[in-house]
Amino acid sequence: MSKLSLTTEGDTIVVVKRRFDAPPEEVYRAHTDPELVQQWMLGPEGWTMPVCICEARPGGSIRYEWSDGKGGGFYLTGEFIELDPPHRILHVERMHLPDPTPDNRIETIFTADGSGTAMVMRMTLPNAATRQAMLATGMEHGMEASYVRLEAQVLPAGA
Amino acid sequence: MHAPLDAVCSALADPTRRAILARLAAGEATVNELVEPFEISQPAISRHLRVLEHAGLILRRVDGNRRPCRLAPDALHELDDYLSMLKKGMEANYARLDRLLAKRSRR
Repeated sequence: MSKLSLTTEGDTIVVVKRRFDAPPEEVYRAHTDPELVQQWMLGPEGWTMPVCICEARPGGSIRYEWSDGKGGGFYLTGEFIELDPPHRILHVERMHLPDPTPDNRIETIFTADGSGTAMVMRMTLPNAATRQAMLATGMEHGMEASYVRLEAQVLPAGA
Repeated sequence: MHAPLDAVCSALADPTRRAILARLAAGEATVNELVEPFEISQPAISRHLRVLEHAGLILRRVDGNRRPCRLAPDALHELDDYLSMLKKGMEANYARLDRLLAKRSRR
């Protein structure tokens, strides 16, 4: 059972919620200290992040480069907009595959919850189609899934 | 060879184009066959088809004087790869972050 909740607001927003058994100071640090980011923000098992630039100040750059260890990889760039340690991070990011994906504006809030932290991450996508497609991620990979997803998620009901 | 993700996303942003894709998911169709259910002009349908073709979402073949359209088989792979990576990656990341936080708290 996943502890991650993923919901939507309006046409273009995705909200991710997750609780951590550590205080906001620690969770905030794990999101803004490149040495820590490099240890967990790795995606699927087997991937590493050989390059991690994370300048946690307004206007500071973000650049994460991932490698699958077999010559494959891609990278993400972004910029920090506002930081209010240890409670709030506002930044924008895009993936390069190698073409850049539409900008994703992300506000991450950390609130003390008992001895832990409740995280709410609000991602604002540039349009409804990008967001709809983003929500289709829970399904399995592959051709058939692509078409099921195309019909069920990307395309409007009754089309 | 994939179309730029931006082209795919902007092609999908239009409800008529999504509806055309839904129709093509059911099988090949010509411009004329698409004009009827959508009740918009043939030039308008043709414009939408050009956007979809440019984004690599549909393919057209020549069959006499017909040019039927169909869904491109790997049209959404690039988008899929990114999206699937995002969700799976997020789950894996936070499990890893849990372990990192637990390790740091034991110090």
